[in-house]
Amino acid sequence: MATEQPEQRTWRRPTAFYNHYVKWAVYVVITVFLLWSAWNMRISPARIMDGWNAAVGLVEGMVPPEYTTQFKNELLIEGLVESLAMSVIATIVGVIISIPVAFMAAENIAPKPVYWTGRGIITVSRSFHELIIAIIAVKAVGIGALAGVIALSYKTVGFFAKLLAEEIEDIDSGQMEATEATGANRVQTMLFGVIPQVMPRIIGLTIYRWDINIRHSTIVGIVGAGGIGATLLNSFDQYDYDFFLTIIIAIIAIVMVGELISTYIRGRIQ
Amino acid sequence: MLSVTDLQKTYPSGDEALKGVSLDVTGSETVAMIGPSGAGKSTFIRCVNRLTEPTGGSVELDGLEITGLSGKELRNARRDMGMIFQEYNLIERLTVMENVLSGRLGYVSTWDAFRRKFAGDDIERAYEVLDRVGLGGHENNRADELSGGQRQRVGIARAILQRPKILLVDEPTSSLDPESSRAVMDLLTEIAAEDDIPVLINIHEVDLAEEYAGRIVGLRDGQKVFEGGPDDLDETARGQIYRGEEIPEGAGPTGKVAEAGTPGESSQEEGQIRRG
Amino acid sequence: MTDYQTWERRTPRQRIGRYILMLIVLVAAAVSWQLLQINYSYLGTAPTEFMDLINRMYPPNVGYTGEIISPMIETIHIAILGTALAVLMSIPVALIGAENTTPNRFTFVLGKFIISASRSVNVIIWALVFVIIFGSGALAGTLAIAVRSIGFCSKLIAEAIEEIDPGQVEAIQATGANSIEAAIYGIVPQVKPALIGVSTYRWDINVRASTIIGFVGAGGIGVELNTSINFFAWQQVLTILLAILIIVVFSEVVSAYLRRKVR
Repeated sequence: MATEQPEQRTWRRPTAFYNHYVKWAVYVVITVFLLWSAWNMRISPARIMDGWNAAVGLVEGMVPPEYTTQFKNELLIEGLVESLAMSVIATIVGVIISIPVAFMAAENIAPKPVYWTGRGIITVSRSFHELIIAIIAVKAVGIGALAGVIALSYKTVGFFAKLLAEEIEDIDSGQMEATEATGANRVQTMLFGVIPQVMPRIIGLTIYRWDINIRHSTIVGIVGAGGIGATLLNSFDQYDYDFFLTIIIAIIAIVMVGELISTYIRGRIQ
Repeated sequence: MLSVTDLQKTYPSGDEALKGVSLDVTGSETVAMIGPSGAGKSTFIRCVNRLTEPTGGSVELDGLEITGLSGKELRNARRDMGMIFQEYNLIERLTVMENVLSGRLGYVSTWDAFRRKFAGDDIERAYEVLDRVGLGGHENNRADELSGGQRQRVGIARAILQRPKILLVDEPTSSLDPESSRAVMDLLTEIAAEDDIPVLINIHEVDLAEEYAGRIVGLRDGQKVFEGGPDDLDETARGQIYRGEEIPEGAGPTGKVAEAGTPGESSQEEGQIRRG
Repeated sequence: MTDYQTWERRTPRQRIGRYILMLIVLVAAAVSWQLLQINYSYLGTAPTEFMDLINRMYPPNVGYTGEIISPMIETIHIAILGTALAVLMSIPVALIGAENTTPNRFTFVLGKFIISASRSVNVIIWALVFVIIFGSGALAGTLAIAVRSIGFCSKLIAEAIEEIDPGQVEAIQATGANSIEAAIYGIVPQVKPALIGVSTYRWDINVRASTIIGFVGAGGIGVELNTSINFFAWQQVLTILLAILIIVVFSEVVSAYLRRKVR
């Protein structure tokens, strides 16, 4: 095409990488890595066939979900109520701890060493999955809801403080300066110049985190940290798949109700 | 040549945007279509290349009836009509060159389009066209890095690269400042003359229409109420187009005029237009 | 007696509303606290127990590092492959779940259903299900991560598709391009930043998730972690936790870099 007329200009799309060789190298590396990952899964036709049969068996075992025995119903309700209670307490405790951490981690009001401490707390809290924290908490305080509350509160700090700190960093510094200019001290400045600006956000985030904590409170029981999760794992271990499905449906229902409430309240605030 | 006969458009909501408009555009003339907002100017242009589906009438380009076409035939017909949009409608996140070359998409295979592989001739021509619209050296800029006037010139370059038989231009200047507006209008008329293709422009700035167009068409309430040279556009004609006034008996020269809407009907709109 | 002007921040009605809200929160908290029946003696000993735990953990078992390299790599495999699968599958789901690209009403509802079904079940529950089907191992974990991520990715991508500027698609159609070309030029460039952003963000989440699905036997470092905890090998536990920390921070840096790169 272009080769017949040597004076003809060509055009290549500029790449986001340094040059086209780097671009292709990156593509090749990604492809090879994905293939390696897939190879590590040890997928074989036999395994897929077995899987299909097992899936059919599982569905047959699950349907219809069980809801007849009095004993199991009580177990279910008890677990769900405990999960809900854990989510409420963990949210309250977590938020109370988070607020000072958020102020520490806001670059525009905290001095540098405090800022880095705050950021550090957030990073460490965010790094580990709630189940890891829960399993450690179980070893520290024993099996039960207390471990779950500790794990969920711990996770709440990372989430809540991070988002609230970002909100504080975005505030209108004019309002803060105006308060300072009246001769207010540091705490008064926070109360009048900062808190009013971030209050709606604090309420919104609290509700949002409560919603997330409901989800998490239903599974931390898998490692013994209270709530419906323990019942879930038991039914699974005893091949009681129809009760397993009942629990999952109950969890989904409660999670959805929580989400609806949370969405509604947050909609009202804004 | 473009020949539109009795074009009608009724939206599903019942709004009659076009109530039978006929228009011929030939040679290398520049035809400006003026009229108040909501008169149906944009609908008319969009019905020509069927971005909006007309509900009646016919559109012929060089003897080919456009309204009945579908699929491949319609796409081939669209290749012959370059369109320039009010909001530029560039692919903001792609480079200027990709935007210009996208004018050739009707001619390349989908796979080549995906790989951004265009013929050498097209690339050479894209460079020439970019020089012509004054954007030489900007080919690797992203479209969203350019100013409004520059973007509209990329839009024009994309349309010219189609080697169209006609340019359809929908409010090219309403997002631009006066200076860029003039530059864009200069460019459009220049291209019409050099490439010997007609240009149909929708425009709401009457002074620009008078300055650049060879012929002016006035639209009101989906009907053609005026057609004539820029010199024919006197106060009476403006009154008809923008305020829906009846032609006073024995008044000065007007263009060839179709019947205007009754004053009673349009009194409400009149107020709106004056406020705007 | 001087009549001072009084000033109240809120109208009485607003105040009563606020009090009622606070009351509800307090009652909920009290009832919840009551229901949990927490043994306070545990709470009292918790700090001691916790310090004791830390003492037993420190120093980390350096010699153990060699043994966890391969499960750590498996963890990353699970996260990446799970995310890649999820993004691939969520593109069609997003297309039918977006109002402006869905072919008809039925596909739209189907799309929304897939999104909400995937999102409402926790990854660990998905992992349990896939362990039943495919047995223990990384395959179950990858599928659990993928299935859990589809809803999240599809939802955000569908939102991005709903927000595109239709004018750009129209302009490409006006040049005579076919509908696939119009999608490649008109839709893909507009959705690309969202696509990259969503996948890197989800990858971030999935790295964390893939560290725990081993608790139910779905592969990755979680298996080792569970074993070490059950055997009270606390120094190994700390080694694993540090390794997880490194990987999580690393993945966060990489995904932040990628998001910056794609504007």
